[in-house]
Amino acid sequence: MNQAMILAAAEGANPLIPNPWEILVTLIGFAILMYIVAKFVVPAFEKTFEERTEAIEGGIAKAEAAQAEASAALDEYKQQLTDARAEANRIREDARAEGAQILAELKEKAQAEAARISEQAQVQIDAERQAAVTSLRSEVGSLATELAGKIVGEALNDDARSARVVDRFLADLESQSAGAAK
Amino acid sequence: MIALALPAAANEGGFVPPTLEDMHLPEILPWMAPYGEGFGKQMLLVLLSVVLISWFFIVAARRRQLVPGKLQYLGEMSYNFVRNSVGKDIIGERDFKPFVPLLFALFFFILVNNLFGSIPLIQMPTTSHVGTAYALAGIVYVTWIVLGIKKHGIGYFKLAVVPSGVPKAILPLVVIIEIISTFLVRPVTHSLRLFATMLAGHLIIMLAAAGTQFLLVDADFWLKPLGILTLAGGVGMYFFEILIQVLQAYVFVLLTAIYIQGSLAEEH
Repeated sequence: MNQAMILAAAEGANPLIPNPWEILVTLIGFAILMYIVAKFVVPAFEKTFEERTEAIEGGIAKAEAAQAEASAALDEYKQQLTDARAEANRIREDARAEGAQILAELKEKAQAEAARISEQAQVQIDAERQAAVTSLRSEVGSLATELAGKIVGEALNDDARSARVVDRFLADLESQSAGAAK
Repeated sequence: MIALALPAAANEGGFVPPTLEDMHLPEILPWMAPYGEGFGKQMLLVLLSVVLISWFFIVAARRRQLVPGKLQYLGEMSYNFVRNSVGKDIIGERDFKPFVPLLFALFFFILVNNLFGSIPLIQMPTTSHVGTAYALAGIVYVTWIVLGIKKHGIGYFKLAVVPSGVPKAILPLVVIIEIISTFLVRPVTHSLRLFATMLAGHLIIMLAAAGTQFLLVDADFWLKPLGILTLAGGVGMYFFEILIQVLQAYVFVLLTAIYIQGSLAEEH
């Protein structure tokens, strides 16, 4: 009896003989797992990786584009700055030239005006002097004659003589004033 | 077998070491039926592992965040380990994609079922029952043979057993050896490697536990300190077992990838 039990135990415990139910359950269990893994797990992970790769690559591309744009904008600004500087220089030069021109024009005008004024003054002076000379010549003669007549009295009634004296006097006077004018 | 069975008949009061029979618990459905006559703990654990793995990876993969959280990161790391270190590196960049689900499911199925041996209260590596190991190795066996025929036609068998560059004289001998090693020994070693390491590891821990209990509780007073030694040894073996359990899952999947690669390769 004892011997039979030992033999039965030994036989049942042979570890290399499988329990068919265990094989079946393992196959079914593994098939279910395999289905879930192939259907849900692997696609989900693969999709995540794909999206991540895409996101990283997209991010890099976007950053590159932004950088290119920024450097283009910088170039443009630099160009604009240079243009603006040149423009400012040009305007300054123009203004300077214009200013100089205006100054020259003004100077010229002023000079012309001055010349005109001094000429006019000269003419007026000449005219007045002429008038003065004319009026003096007539007046001084008569005045002097009258004066001399009063002083000398009747002695000078001889017209011929008196006329000669006046003429000589005037000639002297004229030569004197001419000499003074010179 | 006799040696393992004998102590069961030994005197009462002496040390009774655990036997292989202790790994075959009574069934759950019908309750307490003898092993082999119903639905047992081992099968329950197989189904539990399927639920656990599916649940974890579906939850981890579901979020699909660009910047992964902790759970998603753990899932991605695990997935990438099988995908890249096993699939891509061995099968090759060109062909590995369709086999990732198989390798991934195999690795985590075996890993979790092995680790059941080290989880308190569960404490049974499901793969220490040879049925599971046979089933998994069988799936791989069928897979790589079908794959080879699909890829090379019926000439695949010639490709598989006739190596190139062997002298004519010894070719018949080489062919016989190749047939035996490839088509007969390969699936046997593939399944038994997993099963035997799990069984042996579990048995050692059972032995250490039984021995410790006997020495501390039932042995004479002067023998009790020896119980500390067996306890320490048992704990050491426990952690060593965890390493073996992970390693065996990796080895099984690695070999699967190598077999698949061999079927796809142009030359033997």
